[in-house]
Amino acid sequence: MPTFELTPAMMREIIMDHYSSPRHKISPDGEGYFSTHSSSVNCIDDIDVYLKFDGEGKVEDACWNGTACAISTASSDIICDLVLGKTEEEAHYLIDQYHKMMREEPYDSSVLEEALAFMNTGKQAARIHCATIGWDAIEQLLKEHHHE
Amino acid sequence: MFDVSKVRDDFPMLRSGKKMQGHPLVYLDNASTTFKPDCVIDAMNRYYQDETSNSHRGDYDLCFAADKHIEGARRTLASFLGAEENEIVFTSGATDGMNLVAYGYGLKFLKPGDEIVLSHAEHASTMLPWFRIAELTGAKVVFIPLKDKQITVEALSSVLSERTKIVSFAHVGNVLGYVAPIKEIAKLVHEHHALLVVDGAQSVPHMKIDVKDLDCDFLSFSGHKLCGPTGTGVLYGKYALLDAMDPFETGGGMNVKFFPDATATFLPPPMKFEAGTLNIAGIYGLEAAVNYLLSIGMENIEAHERDLKKYAVERLEKTGKVTLYNADAPTGIVTFNVDGVFAQDEATLLNSKGIACRSGQHCAKMLPEDLGTVATVRASFYLYTTREDIDALVDAIEQGGDFLDAYF
Repeated sequence: MPTFELTPAMMREIIMDHYSSPRHKISPDGEGYFSTHSSSVNCIDDIDVYLKFDGEGKVEDACWNGTACAISTASSDIICDLVLGKTEEEAHYLIDQYHKMMREEPYDSSVLEEALAFMNTGKQAARIHCATIGWDAIEQLLKEHHHE
Repeated sequence: MFDVSKVRDDFPMLRSGKKMQGHPLVYLDNASTTFKPDCVIDAMNRYYQDETSNSHRGDYDLCFAADKHIEGARRTLASFLGAEENEIVFTSGATDGMNLVAYGYGLKFLKPGDEIVLSHAEHASTMLPWFRIAELTGAKVVFIPLKDKQITVEALSSVLSERTKIVSFAHVGNVLGYVAPIKEIAKLVHEHHALLVVDGAQSVPHMKIDVKDLDCDFLSFSGHKLCGPTGTGVLYGKYALLDAMDPFETGGGMNVKFFPDATATFLPPPMKFEAGTLNIAGIYGLEAAVNYLLSIGMENIEAHERDLKKYAVERLEKTGKVTLYNADAPTGIVTFNVDGVFAQDEATLLNSKGIACRSGQHCAKMLPEDLGTVATVRASFYLYTTREDIDALVDAIEQGGDFLDAYF
């Protein structure tokens, strides 16, 4: 459970903030990025997700770009924020906790930071895939390229 | 006209007091699928509870009864469309019928350089079978320019040539609900010695159709969009064309004989296209659905929906916060966006208030370009939709609030 009391107002603010001014919504032109495309049959979401490692097993940069609703925009932007500087293991742990939160199972809230704003997504079950589309893409990139 | 409240009593989904997200259900997604009246469910149950047997497969009374029922259903569907019995092929739905024409006719007769004419407004079930046939035969897909988001005879004549072999459009578009002038289109297409394949998924459930009057060559639609069971549908085709084309699927029930030299002979249409065991219970239900609609009257259903459409447009325009994409389309589909809110987010907010609308591109993934938006919210009506349903939608939009309310 959250280590501090996150009010609904704060959660709304976090989502709106990342929706209206996403920090990581960019297609990188530099080298060394791995990317994957992710789209949804249920929603309009159609995004590319990019990940770059620093050569010592940590995430150096993460970003995404494409068409997405508020929930997928904010959630994709937040995962890009959260994986920065993390090792593959730390990133997997973080993503795992997020998925547990989505499934309404017990989870370690201490690593989720702003992603806790999505703790109510289960109330709109049809939108869970919007809240996870960017996270799933990052997880896939981590798995595919962790030795590179 | 008819009494909508009486009609609603015929539908278990409507009279049960069903709720969604704690609110009474307001179902405005009838272009996707429709609710089933008791008579449809009863007809299907009758097959399962009292008349189960395989059609065309036995010599006993039960089987004879099932056979008789299927052939009766074929007559009902033929008369519903103004077709002959042997021009009615039972399918699993509109998509199945479109694929049957594409693979059965297109694959057999199209040659490199031939042209297939489509529009940007078409549903994936029209687009993709023809994309595939173009790839397989070397034919080319050509798009007509939409004029004011609509298909016009003028735009069509600008692309028709001696290379045109197939023209395929929806009778009523599933996103915008405009009615294509099929009769005039058919005349023009035939002057160019091409064939007109019509997607009737959004027209057959909502208006009186006479295929002979329209003079289309093929028309495909789904049962589940006209109060019938899912997994049912009909392909109408002119008999000579059905006779000329190949079966899409082969197997039991459609062959006459097969031989050691690996050849086979097939039954005549429509049986030639009905390989394997039919969706017999579904066909019982489909016939019941058509009889139900006929008992209310297709003209009455059409008038009711057009009235609802006008009412919805009036009310939505008054809110001053909605962009409408098809205010002038007559049929019961309203496509819109609430200004400043992404379509999916609006649909989620509506869900939180018990209102079922669809958002996105509605399977017509090339249309957004013509609309100038990536996604829309679509509310679609049917015979059981009321002005109160539309009030609920408009009230929800007027109350507005933050679309994130759905989550908190």
